Amino acid sequence: MHKNTKMIILLAILAVGLLTFYTLYGLNPDIYFYQMPSRLKRIVAIVIVAVAIAVSTVIFQTIVKNRILTPSIMGLDSVYTFIQTAIVFLAGVSSPLLLNSQYNYFLSMGVLVLFTLFVFKFLFKVTKNNIFLLLLIGIILGTFFGNLSTFMQILISPEDFSILQGTLFGSFNAIDESLLGITGIIVIVMLVFVFKDFHTLDVLSLGRDHALNLGINYDRKVSYLLIIVAILVSVSTALVGPIMFLGLLVVNLAHELLKTFRHSYLILGTALISIITLVIGQMVVQFVFGNNIELSVIINLVGGVYFIYLMLRRNRT
Amino acid sequence: MISVKGITKKYGSKTVVDDVSIDIEKGKITSLIGPNGAGKSTVISMITRLLDKNSGEVLLEGDNIFTQPHGELAKKITILKQANHLELKITVRELISFGRFPYSKGRLTDEDEQIIDEAISYMGLKEFEERYIDELSGGQRQRAYIAMTIAQDTEYIFLDEPLNNLDMKHSVQIMQILRRLCRDKNKTIIIVIHDINFASCYSDNIVALKDGKIAISGTANEVITKEVLEGIYEMEINIESICGHRICFYFDGVIEGDSTELAANYLIGNA
Ligand SMILES: Nc1ncnc2c1ncn2[C@@H]1O[C@H](COP(=O)(O)OP(=O)(O)O)[C@@H](O)[C@H]1O
Ligand SMILES: [Mg+2]
Repeated sequence: MHKNTKMIILLAILAVGLLTFYTLYGLNPDIYFYQMPSRLKRIVAIVIVAVAIAVSTVIFQTIVKNRILTPSIMGLDSVYTFIQTAIVFLAGVSSPLLLNSQYNYFLSMGVLVLFTLFVFKFLFKVTKNNIFLLLLIGIILGTFFGNLSTFMQILISPEDFSILQGTLFGSFNAIDESLLGITGIIVIVMLVFVFKDFHTLDVLSLGRDHALNLGINYDRKVSYLLIIVAILVSVSTALVGPIMFLGLLVVNLAHELLKTFRHSYLILGTALISIITLVIGQMVVQFVFGNNIELSVIINLVGGVYFIYLMLRRNRT
Repeated sequence: MISVKGITKKYGSKTVVDDVSIDIEKGKITSLIGPNGAGKSTVISMITRLLDKNSGEVLLEGDNIFTQPHGELAKKITILKQANHLELKITVRELISFGRFPYSKGRLTDEDEQIIDEAISYMGLKEFEERYIDELSGGQRQRAYIAMTIAQDTEYIFLDEPLNNLDMKHSVQIMQILRRLCRDKNKTIIIVIHDINFASCYSDNIVALKDGKIAISGTANEVITKEVLEGIYEMEINIESICGHRICFYFDGVIEGDSTELAANYLIGNA
């Protein structure tokens, strides 16, 4: 058997094992009826978010031919923060746009998709596929929205701020299950589209010139894939909040474990590693810290350290 | 035949390719020569639609190239650019297999595998086929890329300085392979080449570019003359006929009195 196939099977066993362990660990027979559904709900959310982030980050990095940049790092997370802060600033903490998770979800998702499409599609035209210019603009936009949010946060009351802060960390603890269905469906539909393009993605990883030469309508294919990326990142961020370094962490781990350019392996492997990472993170949050810490804090700590390691290693080679 | 009609490329106000027209004869090897920065790469990138042009048109058997579906064009024309570097974990065989993408979209048939095998042995890569390309020497990698374009099995093959990184033996081998492709499979090959003697010995037609314009275009015998080449390269070039080939000597001048004197004058500031 091919060693990448073996690795995928190993990862799948590990993922299923961890998911089972998380569901069953320390169940209390008295409150079993309460614990089970809440854990199962989180598992579904973890799988949806893990897959969405993994697939979107792999595609994004194939297009920009860079292992360190991800949609989140390009400013998407700051826009999410901006949306939540603007709601509190303009409408107050008791606004249904903040409290009603469905309103909040659809508003966030809509704005995020629009923002990402704007950055990806419109600027792709303006910058004439100059990736560095594109990324620079993305990063500037991210900083801009980050600063706008900070400005508004200074003006609101400390009580409002602490309520707002709760929504700014990615977390699986307060998920509205009515949103799981719609997010799940959107992610599955996107996966079906991506699945047809595994081989095309392999060719795209050779770069624009080779892809054109091999008969791919490059500009059109790239815009199409970027729309899928925008939707995937936006729905998962709207569902659980931003987890900035998750995509970076899991894609790079996948590249270390699977030495391949083939997207069939890369995407599957990244999705499994993503699930494993989130389950372990959730277990640490819940069983070690008793829910006194947010999942995104742990993932960003690990992911951030790994990010620095990647930068240092790149410099050395 | 590919007819290039008046293509022009501008970067800002700078015109780097200026109204270039070429007829590329079918079944022949056409070399593109000229000094660095003459616009050779820009011209072939525009012909093969990798680069947008400002004006002009390119006709393939009479049809506009740019209105044809990408997928179909990839079965007729291939280009290998000058610089190729990939940060991918990919083996030689996997790279060459990409040449079959226009036909089988990634699901290789037995026939594809056969064509890939053939391209591998054509380029003498059998012993490297399972190696990752980042573990090869520059020349071996270059051969792998050429094998990929051969596997694409197109009528027209554009190669931008394919002899870069290759030693003498492999340069000759590749030129012979290209000639065989022309002769046996009736391929049309357009090659950017720096070694003027390779151009002289192996090509049917030569197009010389200078400052973005066509300096001369004709058969090898028409272009490889002392007068023409000295005009293009602005240096002394002597041509001798050896075994029926015209061979250019262009290192002489430096050793000969005149040029040495010239250089010496330069050093003491008389020039
Ligand atoms: N992207 C670019 N922007 C501005 N000038 C360019 C660009 N690409 C090439 N040029 C200029 O066009 C001219 C022709 O380049 P090129 O076609 O690469 O020459 P050659 O292949 O003959 O050495 C050069 O003067 C080069 O500096
Ligand atoms: Mg060039």
